[in-house]
Amino acid sequence: MNRELPPAYRRLRELTNARIALDTAGSSLGTRELLAFQYDWARARDAVYYELDFDALKARIEELGYACAQVASAAGSREVYLRRPDLGRQLAEGESQRLEAMEGASWDVSIVVTDGLSGLAVAENAVPLIKAFGRLAAGEGLSLAPIVLARQGRVAIGDPIGASLGAKLVVVLIGERPGLSAADSLGAYLTYGPRPGMTDAERNCLSNIRDGGQAPEMAANTMMYLVKGALRLGLTGVSLKDESQLLEQDEPGIEGY
Amino acid sequence: MKGYSVDLGSRRYTFPDLATLLARASPLRSGDQLAGVTAGSAEERVAARMALADVPLARFLEEPIIPYDEDEVTRLIMDRHDTEAFRPIAHMTVGEWRDWLLGYDADGEALARLSPGLTPEMVAAVSKLMRNQDLILVASRIRVQTRFRNTIGGEGRLSSRLQPNHPTDDPTGIAASILDGLLNGCGDATVGINPATDNVQSYIALTQLMDDLRQAYAIPMQSCVLAHVTTAIEAMKRNAPVDLIFQSIAGTEAANSAFGIDLALLREAHEAALELGRGSIGQNVMYFETGQGSALSADAHHGIDQQTCEARAYAVAREFDPLLVNTVVGFIGPEYLMDGKQITRAGLEDHFCGKLMGLPMGCDVCYTNHAEADQDDMDGLLTLLSTAGCQFVMGVPGADDIMLGYQSTSFHDVNYIRQLLGKRPAPEFEQWLQAMGVFDAQDRLLSPAHDQKLLEHARQLPAAMETST
Repeated sequence: MNRELPPAYRRLRELTNARIALDTAGSSLGTRELLAFQYDWARARDAVYYELDFDALKARIEELGYACAQVASAAGSREVYLRRPDLGRQLAEGESQRLEAMEGASWDVSIVVTDGLSGLAVAENAVPLIKAFGRLAAGEGLSLAPIVLARQGRVAIGDPIGASLGAKLVVVLIGERPGLSAADSLGAYLTYGPRPGMTDAERNCLSNIRDGGQAPEMAANTMMYLVKGALRLGLTGVSLKDESQLLEQDEPGIEGY
Repeated sequence: MKGYSVDLGSRRYTFPDLATLLARASPLRSGDQLAGVTAGSAEERVAARMALADVPLARFLEEPIIPYDEDEVTRLIMDRHDTEAFRPIAHMTVGEWRDWLLGYDADGEALARLSPGLTPEMVAAVSKLMRNQDLILVASRIRVQTRFRNTIGGEGRLSSRLQPNHPTDDPTGIAASILDGLLNGCGDATVGINPATDNVQSYIALTQLMDDLRQAYAIPMQSCVLAHVTTAIEAMKRNAPVDLIFQSIAGTEAANSAFGIDLALLREAHEAALELGRGSIGQNVMYFETGQGSALSADAHHGIDQQTCEARAYAVAREFDPLLVNTVVGFIGPEYLMDGKQITRAGLEDHFCGKLMGLPMGCDVCYTNHAEADQDDMDGLLTLLSTAGCQFVMGVPGADDIMLGYQSTSFHDVNYIRQLLGKRPAPEFEQWLQAMGVFDAQDRLLSPAHDQKLLEHARQLPAAMETST
């Protein structure tokens, strides 16, 4: 028999997104609540194993008018990727030489797109973000390197890519670890002067980029704000974060990763 | 003796030192593979266990796995070792000690007397020779009672930490989750908030919120904000009503340094909290969290396997008479514990090792969405740990932490295991739950009445949008 919850108790549900005031059977979860949880969990799981169609993504980005290259990390499969974060931070053999061949003008910004822990987040949010950011970059007169799509990458894969291309700043767009409330969050990590061996303290991060979180168009504005600050100061990381806070209190979504 | 070796068939396996031997003997897990310290084959793993079984326990006092001069955790372990307590097993090998532990005579009292004579490395070593059922059976004999405003760890008791986290620390959202937890009989171990922002203002506000609620309903509970220990020290200086001091700890000096702590800092915090004297029936004021893999993730593992590093963290914990020690077993991700099987094994090992070392062990039975695990695996570990006498588990709303983005155990899971095994909350809290009409006399959940006192508080909560900043 289910426990009856009076209205004052049910109202608690309006005060937080946490799973509270749930229907029960005895002291256990009621069927509807059980299945609601499983649905959210299933979306998160599917996002982790989502097979991102890199060719289709490349075509969509080229349609925007950007050159685009595909590379792979040293993690050859999803299974290896999950077990070996170190391999997801490195390029597969021979990839950096391919990129070095593309090194041209001294580019201001290199954008790297990688599946990370949610290919779904990339499929849904990367193209609108690049489109909006690209328009802002053109307005600011910033030069963009060819956009690099990296298979099975971690955040730090932007370091060897940015270094090979000789870009001043690399922005890595990566699928974030799916939670039950959102399986399609994209993260954007900025690193000035990319080179292998950098620490997370030298990066800035925008997270929760998705419809329902920070919409891609809005995120592009924040991203451009940080990019300009990084290029002006010649750094990313905690110092840029502090600077941003001085300039604009409570800028949403800026974290010092 | 030059290293440790064993002959198996035509092959001789040799292990150069204790650290290598322990690592090769450890059950397979992804974190040790990532560190490159695991056995190269299943046969080598068993060979290492055979060699380890023959190592005299006294050897662990002669060969520190991190040099005494290089690591303050090693110094703590060696300086605090109680030779008198160690005497009953001083002549044994690791293998003989395993047999002794499983014997009928190794009861709770004998194990409690032994505890100060044990080093983490001895305990980790014997755990590697044990099957899951051995870890459960031996641990089930040990109860470690601790007190602040209630009594944790009594016979037949299972407590819960209520974890009402919110992504923006919104006080109304947090209060709503706390009320739901209390109305489900959870929160006796502690009501503990992981703050989204680690700063002293937010720490004080959350501490005050919980203390006001506790006083309004005379709840025999203790609160905690799980911020860095330096934040807690600052809040105490500003006279915030701080009950428990939280800190994440690890088993090497270098890993603790990555957490921004050392033993002196923990000592300072411990003394400051004792000085407040806020516990009504006891003065266990520390709440520690640990978890296998933390040393490796800080690149501070010295080539030692992650389970042995974890046991060394318990030597840090026992220095400060904690109320609660929580191994957050599956939080760190699949690169350290790949799947439900590895998480289960690690949870049982941690609970066993902590209990042998005399600690009030609980477990955050949990996983992330990129590990090969699900809620069924958590049901398994929760059930196993509770039969092993685990003293507290987490109560997270719907098992889904909306701030930290992982899954743990829920209020409903706590009540499942209490119902299944006849476990009861801490006695003082149980009385309060019955007096408040949350539980009936058999500790079954009552349907909340319209005049349920805690719901009066719920009615006073403003709508979320009005208070969030």
